[in-house]
Amino acid sequence: MAAVVEIAGLRKTYRRWHGPARHALAGFDMLVEPGQVHGFLGPNGSGKTTTLRTLLGLISANGGEMRLFGQPVPEALPQVAGQVGAIVESPQFFGNFSAWDTLSLLATAARLPRSRVDAVLELVGLRDRANERVKTYSLGMRQRLAVASALLKAPKLLILDEPANGLDPAGIREMRNLMRTLASEGMTVVLSSHILAEVQLICDSVTIISLGRRVTAGPVAEVLAAHATAEVRVKLEHPTDHATAAEALRAAGAEVTIREGHLLVRGVDQPAWVTRTLAARELFVAELAPVSVDLEAVFLELTGTVPVAGQHRQVDESVAVPLDRPAAADPPGGAVPVAAVDPEGAAA
Amino acid sequence: MSLINAELRRLAKRRLVRVLLGLVIALLATVAVVTAATHYPPGPGLARAEAAAEPEFQQQQRLVAEEIATCERVQESGSGDERMGWPRDCQEIRQWYPSRAELIAFHMPPSFEFRDDFRAMVTVFTGLLAMVGFLVGASFVGAEWRSGGMMNLLLWRPRRLQVFGAKLLAMVGGLLGLGLGLGALWTGGFWLIASFRGVTETMTSGAWQSIGLAGLRGLVLVLAAGAVGFGLASLGRHTAMAMGIAIAAFVIGVAGVGIVIGAMLQWPFVERWLWPTYLAAWLTGSVELFDFSGPCETIGPFGECEPARMVITWQDSGLLIGAAVLLVLAAAMWQMHRRDVT
Repeated sequence: MAAVVEIAGLRKTYRRWHGPARHALAGFDMLVEPGQVHGFLGPNGSGKTTTLRTLLGLISANGGEMRLFGQPVPEALPQVAGQVGAIVESPQFFGNFSAWDTLSLLATAARLPRSRVDAVLELVGLRDRANERVKTYSLGMRQRLAVASALLKAPKLLILDEPANGLDPAGIREMRNLMRTLASEGMTVVLSSHILAEVQLICDSVTIISLGRRVTAGPVAEVLAAHATAEVRVKLEHPTDHATAAEALRAAGAEVTIREGHLLVRGVDQPAWVTRTLAARELFVAELAPVSVDLEAVFLELTGTVPVAGQHRQVDESVAVPLDRPAAADPPGGAVPVAAVDPEGAAA
Repeated sequence: MSLINAELRRLAKRRLVRVLLGLVIALLATVAVVTAATHYPPGPGLARAEAAAEPEFQQQQRLVAEEIATCERVQESGSGDERMGWPRDCQEIRQWYPSRAELIAFHMPPSFEFRDDFRAMVTVFTGLLAMVGFLVGASFVGAEWRSGGMMNLLLWRPRRLQVFGAKLLAMVGGLLGLGLGLGALWTGGFWLIASFRGVTETMTSGAWQSIGLAGLRGLVLVLAAGAVGFGLASLGRHTAMAMGIAIAAFVIGVAGVGIVIGAMLQWPFVERWLWPTYLAAWLTGSVELFDFSGPCETIGPFGECEPARMVITWQDSGLLIGAAVLLVLAAAMWQMHRRDVT
């Protein structure tokens, strides 16, 4: 089955009257398979929203190719738009209209039955507030309305830019469940979010972008596995034995860091090797646990945006992927951690 | 068609449109009521005028008799100097004073003569509705851009020019319906006023044709104002853009151009360069301009100077207004087609 979203070598340059041009997208690639919940991640200003706007025909690209459901866009956008529901950036609606008015106008324009309006309002939990003016809504309620508008035409592809923004904890959980349900029904979801724990929970695959280029992409499990450090946390029966144990493990070839109350052991293929090595020295392990890596850590590492005490990172200071690097199937972690832009302002 | 239906519904639901519609109806009703209250039917008015004029006429007759007597005495026995200022035929003095009919006419209360007086009402109606049309047109698209509604719509309908056209058509269609509906009520209302408080008998088919044409030109102007407001707000993607240009057009296009061309360059027919002249010509049929600063074109029979004259017709104005509307809409469409939605 053809990919739902295919983007290859997408470029968008903003020219300015003064100063160098800014390359918002510098050869970006992305692939979203059908039925997936795909996380689209990147630091602020990395090009996420520009990508989505370009894909949806709101912005014209300077180069590259895009396809939705196998059809080239923006040329075939009018034909495929009926299958795409989207929220781009913060939800914006005409404040003096009610939620019902807002959706029913869209439904009229798309020749959808009014019953569909009631159905999506029910789905996002706005049924009882549907006739109130949108300007009286909280950010979370507007977000729900935005999701409702995206779901109104029962799309096959749902593109959500920060859908959890402003939602309360219950709302975030509801949104998570909703996306899972939609995906299980065959809908493909592209989710752009900064709540990485949510992305890790919801998404099947991710694409990470930095300075307009793809840093990594693939199934979440593979991306995490590729960045797992094979660290093991070791705790001994007697904390006084930690120094001796560290020496024994180092002598056996492991890299060990002594932490308060435990040891951090790297370079270990099998955790059982630690138990065996220490038992041979009559040092007995009380706790042995592989250190798991999470998406947030991988994201910060790959984008080079790990906060450094005393430093104030600027918006464009993140990893710039070299232009000569193959865009497709990048090995995770292959990014070059350079916190700079080239003299033309391009990600280079 | 579904998009146009949706946009018509959106237009009708807009609060600004409803408020402006209420204001327009209130203002038009006020004008109609005041007109009805200050005009009187010619029949009862005549009796009142005769009653008011009679005492004045009698007093005037006494005065005339006294003056004729004085005149005759002076003509018989007065010196040459005394006769100065008196006519040889003292009965001529009667002509110096208004007749009974003239005094009655002076006291006649105003009566609404549909044939002559309704033309001004067409202008009032057009002016008011054109301002509303401009505001509605500008805010209909400007508020959509500002609120993000346009972006939402473009996500549903990625054909930008189709969306632009549907919105424009809906707005123009809405204004057309409003103009026709209110115009019919306006005409009917003043016909009733003329029937009960004036004269309708002077109306001929030619007069109807002339008023109909004036009304049609007024309606076209209302639609043009709406389209220009829509186009300007589209260009700036904000209602304020249209408002700003409208204010600038008044300040620069009238005061500024008037000062530069009239006072500094001293070109003849300064009004020719001011756009309100063309609006006036469009509404009234034609505008006559005179160049009082130049030499006399001709000398009249009593030696008076006849200045050079220029006529601007509604056809001239139509070309100019049409060109302006096309220019603004073409620029707005090009911009809608090309510019990124950010």
